[in-house]
Amino acid sequence: MEKLNKERAAWIYKKMNDIRNFENEVHEIFATGSIPGFVHLYAGEEAVAVGVCAHLTDNDYITSTHRGHGHCIAKGCDLNQMMAEIYGKETGLCKGKGGSMHIADIDKGMLGANGMVGGGFPIAIGAGLRNQYLKTKDVAVCFFGDGAANEGTFHESINMASIWKLPVVFVNENNSFGEATPQWYASGSKRIADRGPAYGIPSETVDGKDLMAVYEAAGKAIERARNGEGPTLIECLTYRNYGHFEGDEQKYKASSGDENTFAKRDCIKEFRQYAVDKKLLSAAGANKIEKSSTEDIEHAIKFAEESEVPKPETLYQDVFAD
Amino acid sequence: MARRIAFMKAINEALDQAMAKDDKVILLGEDIAGGAKVKQLEKENEDAWGGVFGVTKGLMPKYGRKRVIDTPISEMGYMGAAVGAAATGLRPVPELMFNDFIGFSLDTILAQGSKMRYMFGGKARIPMTVRTTHGAGASAAAQHSGSYYGLFGSIPGVKVVVPSNPYDAKGLLLSAIEDDNIVVFSEDKTLYGLKGEVPEDYYKVEIGKAKIKREGKDLTIVTIGKMLYVALDVADQLAKDGIETEVIDLLTVAPWDQETVIESVKKTGRLIVIDEAHPHNNTAKDIAAVVGDKAFDYLDGPIKTVCAPNTPVPFATNLEQLYLPSPKRVLETAAELIDDLKK
Repeated sequence: MEKLNKERAAWIYKKMNDIRNFENEVHEIFATGSIPGFVHLYAGEEAVAVGVCAHLTDNDYITSTHRGHGHCIAKGCDLNQMMAEIYGKETGLCKGKGGSMHIADIDKGMLGANGMVGGGFPIAIGAGLRNQYLKTKDVAVCFFGDGAANEGTFHESINMASIWKLPVVFVNENNSFGEATPQWYASGSKRIADRGPAYGIPSETVDGKDLMAVYEAAGKAIERARNGEGPTLIECLTYRNYGHFEGDEQKYKASSGDENTFAKRDCIKEFRQYAVDKKLLSAAGANKIEKSSTEDIEHAIKFAEESEVPKPETLYQDVFAD
Repeated sequence: MARRIAFMKAINEALDQAMAKDDKVILLGEDIAGGAKVKQLEKENEDAWGGVFGVTKGLMPKYGRKRVIDTPISEMGYMGAAVGAAATGLRPVPELMFNDFIGFSLDTILAQGSKMRYMFGGKARIPMTVRTTHGAGASAAAQHSGSYYGLFGSIPGVKVVVPSNPYDAKGLLLSAIEDDNIVVFSEDKTLYGLKGEVPEDYYKVEIGKAKIKREGKDLTIVTIGKMLYVALDVADQLAKDGIETEVIDLLTVAPWDQETVIESVKKTGRLIVIDEAHPHNNTAKDIAAVVGDKAFDYLDGPIKTVCAPNTPVPFATNLEQLYLPSPKRVLETAAELIDDLKK
């Protein structure tokens, strides 16, 4: 696995900031009523999406979740088009017809956020099967939440990935709650990674707020997958800064104790400290990245707000391929 | 005389020719070869079953296990994998052994594959053909005998074809596999042994086009799948009374051929639709509604549908025969429409 260099560290820091700024802004704008529908924000979990996608190219595939904005940004989707999509505008990544829950860009290998909890598992298997069949070195990463781990698709898909040694990496974002239900209540196994051995695949649990922990675990897993050694299950312990959806009162979250201490840790600040200490980033360089990220998100909002809504005739388009 | 082969052989031949033509075509399903990694079979390069009905027999020995993939018994897993493989550039043909198993895997079609192109702003293509089986008449009882093509047909983004004979089965399957959308290809398992003329060449039958199997001016009967043979029987019997029946084999359930059906009704003024599905919210009722809307002025009587009753498929042979739309029931229905002709 490639050791983290300065260029990659800067890329990581930019992406983490982009996700945080994007989500914080969406949180504010949603409260004003300018964004229709439901949004599920990724803020707080940046180390997972970015730590994994730092190893991927446009030729690799990912499947995402309800909480998909972070994966989209980390996989290289255009910020302006993303914001326009969430606003439901014609310039959106999906022409305004997908929205937050279905945001996708196949050209970037992003096979979609998913409105169905656990819906991404078999799709990732299909992408992995394709990569194996075409003898590419590309991988498919399946991001899934702790809630999705209790869907039947988890079982069927990980089992198939195992028996066929598919180049698929299962990345669990255990953000402690499936909707409003604690993970420890909903899962019979304490750790989701505990289930890996049952399928005969390597698995581990990492601190999902520690970018480097995710980066290293994902790097090993992706390398194994590229080398034809099969799938891996990585459980990343993390926490979401906001509720399940916007408008969630979050009465289930702890206001003190270990959970609250964990909740307060900021993966972006921790990575900045690490990168500066290791001389991967200078303080001035980090500040510059923060500023450019803020500007990029401001620009994305302006782009989205100034864009037109989709034309009526597009209602009927793209149901079938010609 | 042209070569005559069985319905299942025609399907097998279409799969074979599609695989020979395009190496992106892969098959996956439960025991579509059978005996994966079993030494004695590997040694002889043999499949154990070639599908539970033997429809895919011989394809694994010819194309190998990389292209004819035995899956675990995991319908949501492999059907979803087919969606993922299609979205990323392959042309998978999963086999859902019985359409009744769609309960396990419906999400992959309903919420994922059928909507991707639309949700993703036109960027996705899902060239996937789901082969499945439907139909009562094999004493397979309630969980292996349903006819759910109409359920698939109600989903935007999904095409559904139901062949009635070997010629159309081969041509429609080749069209389905070349199609860049999800096509559900629903095979009536009781037709597998039916023989008919089938050219050896690669040929296609157009999806979305019905075929007029018998011309007439007095009554139109539209059929789906094996109901064609009920209608042809009825048409023979009515002919004895001088009634000329036009029989239309729908072939494609979604999108069904409105033009052919409506043109026929304009000529005959009378319509019966025979559909083996349950009687409500089905294809027959959709046809009735559309014809009622678009051709009302041409009708000489009410549009009639002859369907299965609103019950699960029973096991006992006598009950199952009662369940299936029969020539007797269609004749009784026709009698209500054609009284005026007899007078």
